[in-house]
Amino acid sequence: MSTDTQSAPQLSAPQPGPVRVERRLPRFAPLGLFVLGIVLGAALSAATGFSVTSTVVYGVVLGTLLVYVGTRAVEGRRKATDRLVTCLVTTAFGIAMIPLISLVYTVLDKGLARFDGDFFGMSMFRIVGEGGGAYHAILGTLIITLVATIISVPIGLFTAIYLVEYGTGRLKKAITFFVDVMTGIPSIVAGLFAFALFTLLFGNDFRAGIMGAVALSVLMIPVVVRSCEEVLKLVPNELREASYALGVPKWRTVVKVVLPTAIAGLGTGITLSVARVVGETAPLLITVGLITGTNLNPFDGRMATLPVFAFYQLTQPGTATQAFLDRAWTAALVLIIFVMALNILARLISRFFAPKTGR
Amino acid sequence: MTATKAPTEPPSQQRVVRRPGDRVFAGAARGSGIFILLVLAGVAAFLISEALPALTASSEEIPGGEGLGSYVWPLIVGTLLGAVIALVVATPLAVGIALYITYYAPRRIAAAMGYVIDLLAAIPSVVYGFWGLAVLAPKLVPFHQWTADNLSWIPLFAGPASASGRTMLTVGLVLAVMILPIISAIAREVFSQAPALHREAALALGATRWEMIKMAVLPYGKSGVIAGAMLGLGRALGETMAVAIILSGGGAATINLITSSNPSTIASNIALRFPEATGLGVNTLIASGLVLFVITLAVNMLARWVVNRRADFSGAN
Amino acid sequence: MAKRIEVSDLNIYYGNFLAVEGVNVSIEPRSITALIGPSGCGKSTFLRSLNRMHEVLPGARVEGKVVMDGQDLYGSDVDPVDVRRQIGMVFQRPNPFPTMSIYDNVIAGNRLNSKRMKKSETDELVERSLRGANLWNEVKDRLDRPGSGLSGGQQQRLCIARAIAVEPDVLLMDEPCSALDPISTLAIEDLMAELKERFTIVIVTHNMQQAARVSEQTGFFNLNGVGQPGRLIEFNPTEKIFSNPDQKATEDYISGRFG
Repeated sequence: MSTDTQSAPQLSAPQPGPVRVERRLPRFAPLGLFVLGIVLGAALSAATGFSVTSTVVYGVVLGTLLVYVGTRAVEGRRKATDRLVTCLVTTAFGIAMIPLISLVYTVLDKGLARFDGDFFGMSMFRIVGEGGGAYHAILGTLIITLVATIISVPIGLFTAIYLVEYGTGRLKKAITFFVDVMTGIPSIVAGLFAFALFTLLFGNDFRAGIMGAVALSVLMIPVVVRSCEEVLKLVPNELREASYALGVPKWRTVVKVVLPTAIAGLGTGITLSVARVVGETAPLLITVGLITGTNLNPFDGRMATLPVFAFYQLTQPGTATQAFLDRAWTAALVLIIFVMALNILARLISRFFAPKTGR
Repeated sequence: MTATKAPTEPPSQQRVVRRPGDRVFAGAARGSGIFILLVLAGVAAFLISEALPALTASSEEIPGGEGLGSYVWPLIVGTLLGAVIALVVATPLAVGIALYITYYAPRRIAAAMGYVIDLLAAIPSVVYGFWGLAVLAPKLVPFHQWTADNLSWIPLFAGPASASGRTMLTVGLVLAVMILPIISAIAREVFSQAPALHREAALALGATRWEMIKMAVLPYGKSGVIAGAMLGLGRALGETMAVAIILSGGGAATINLITSSNPSTIASNIALRFPEATGLGVNTLIASGLVLFVITLAVNMLARWVVNRRADFSGAN
Repeated sequence: MAKRIEVSDLNIYYGNFLAVEGVNVSIEPRSITALIGPSGCGKSTFLRSLNRMHEVLPGARVEGKVVMDGQDLYGSDVDPVDVRRQIGMVFQRPNPFPTMSIYDNVIAGNRLNSKRMKKSETDELVERSLRGANLWNEVKDRLDRPGSGLSGGQQQRLCIARAIAVEPDVLLMDEPCSALDPISTLAIEDLMAELKERFTIVIVTHNMQQAARVSEQTGFFNLNGVGQPGRLIEFNPTEKIFSNPDQKATEDYISGRFG
């Protein structure tokens, strides 16, 4: 490898120096070649009946090819391979952007039609055609998610505390392993679990929001454990020792020193775990179901939730098909807004609750 | 270990006075951990107990009338097919994205790009279903037609091509998008952990960026990528709503990806049939859920095993 | 309040590994006892066993007796938390609580134990402790600022203030100056000279000049080789240790001919 750079006296170098100046393309040449490829691609696409898709496909392929061939001719094979890989990984990133942009655009485009006061102010009670809204479903989602959070956070946080502060030996290993395994439980299986549990306890016809909340908790608990565990591990041991040395019992040390020090990370982790389950559909579909009216009691009767509402509006449109589709897309839009808001909230928490170190 | 002499007493913990507050708190923490183990055991136990009637019922009573095996088999094929397509498409892309973000993107915006990719994971699966049905499926109709015309000698593309694009192929691509952030997140992590010493050594030998990655990053990150791919596979196997919305489903077991009569997946079949199911139908669906649970459990445990094995090795470095 | 500590036949283990073997020593009240010795000889481990901080690590345990005021600190009915309230500790690296202000750091020992105190009492305690740690004049105008915003030397004195605010009988210091610059070190050494009027002080240090400057008694720890347990080789008045030690090993270490 080194022979390449050290052999052959400076044929192409204008002045002698310790570093051999190799033949190189001008800095913007690769980009220029790539753009040329895009232009050729557009031309090729136009020749075969113009479309944006074929322009991009032809353009990227031709551009990559031109960069490779051009570099290979001037700078040699190794540099050419390097450039080729650069093109490929950049393209990979670009490809991943396509569905994201397309999805966000589509949801905005179709969802804004019914993004109005009625959507947030009305339920579907006695509405068969146009109008109506997702007031009942939004409240249902908030209530069920809240109940799931109330169940999951104490269990998850205490488990994380056990793993970091108390855990030893086999039990710790087993819990760590099975929490990892639990993160992989399919959401529909969590739903089946909640269904089977409540059916065995309360009979076949029992339906309540709490079933959905339990199903969501099964999905949420491992996420809470993992994120809290990571954060608690970051609290320096010195602080624990400082507290012990002051004659503070271990549990007070955990509650008053470790948790406050980690509060920013804990808040972020828990918020993200809420974001993870707020859009879950399948477990709610098979436990809580859907109703058209508003039910605010999570312990009795079916409830409407936003994802299930969106699903049925889309797949089982009634007579006024377009009205149903519009409501479905708006529900999807609101759902995305929920998730994004939680993500942003998580970032804000980590920024504002971080321990202050300024002088 | 060259311990000088065995301790005079057995190495049992000294009897330690503990305060009631400590005992309660430690007990609560330990209890929560044990509770999680119980929940997982409960998931398995309740599923088995509710699936039992279907497992013991005579084959005529099972929906379809030909027994549990022939009811579940096409669904298993469908589940595996969709997940494998997703995996095959997503893994190389995810590796490319991870490399791009860790070693190619401008430093200042790399973090933001990582965040954008993570957004893909935040979008609810039902919304992916919407998008797949309304955007991707129609866009893929010409592609379906093209494969049926030109590649029909491959069994996967035997055709006839679906006119709606609501096929296993479309499902696989949507699933690929959904597991992309999972795989790329793990790949990003292991790539960025590749020892700086090795990377700089490669660069100091005059390697180009790609040669540096090939020499110092990929060998180090290989098992991480494998583990990430398996976690993605687990997710794709269990994904419900996107499949339920896109796939028309209901066909017999086939590996033909582009017809309109593909088999459904276990998860989506449960989601679609469960609300209306009664009696033994419920038990049959729960039995199929049990099958899914076992498959994903196996995949995930394997993935965790790979991850942990790697952690053991990296700890020594 | 200062108290005498009698250590007899103390063996300290990490799991099955014997780290320190057979320590017998009597630590005098109202004086400074310095522990010196090469790295890994067990002097910090020994120090941590004096207030039962050693057993915080999983698997760590102790055999033998540590008697203070006629009471065995390792007796079966003794709560380690109570021991630590009587025997305070200052660590190698300053570790003020990052979530607390300077004021709250000083009274952390009381507040973390939810001890109820009047505002005037806590104000008085904070001032007394900070004055005791020679820090009052530097921080009296910014008591509500985070403790982590102070300089390293100030942080270490804040940690000392925090330790003496719970009014212990004994103060253990584990290389308290090793992370500090010479000026801060001098400030801490002056402080120790004042504190010994009220407390029994045990200090671990790598710096032999420091041991010679501040201490009345000095103990020298050593170990025969890697994997061997550390032992207390010699314990004598500081003057004697540095001028005419009983043991050859001590002399070698003091004069730099060690290892």
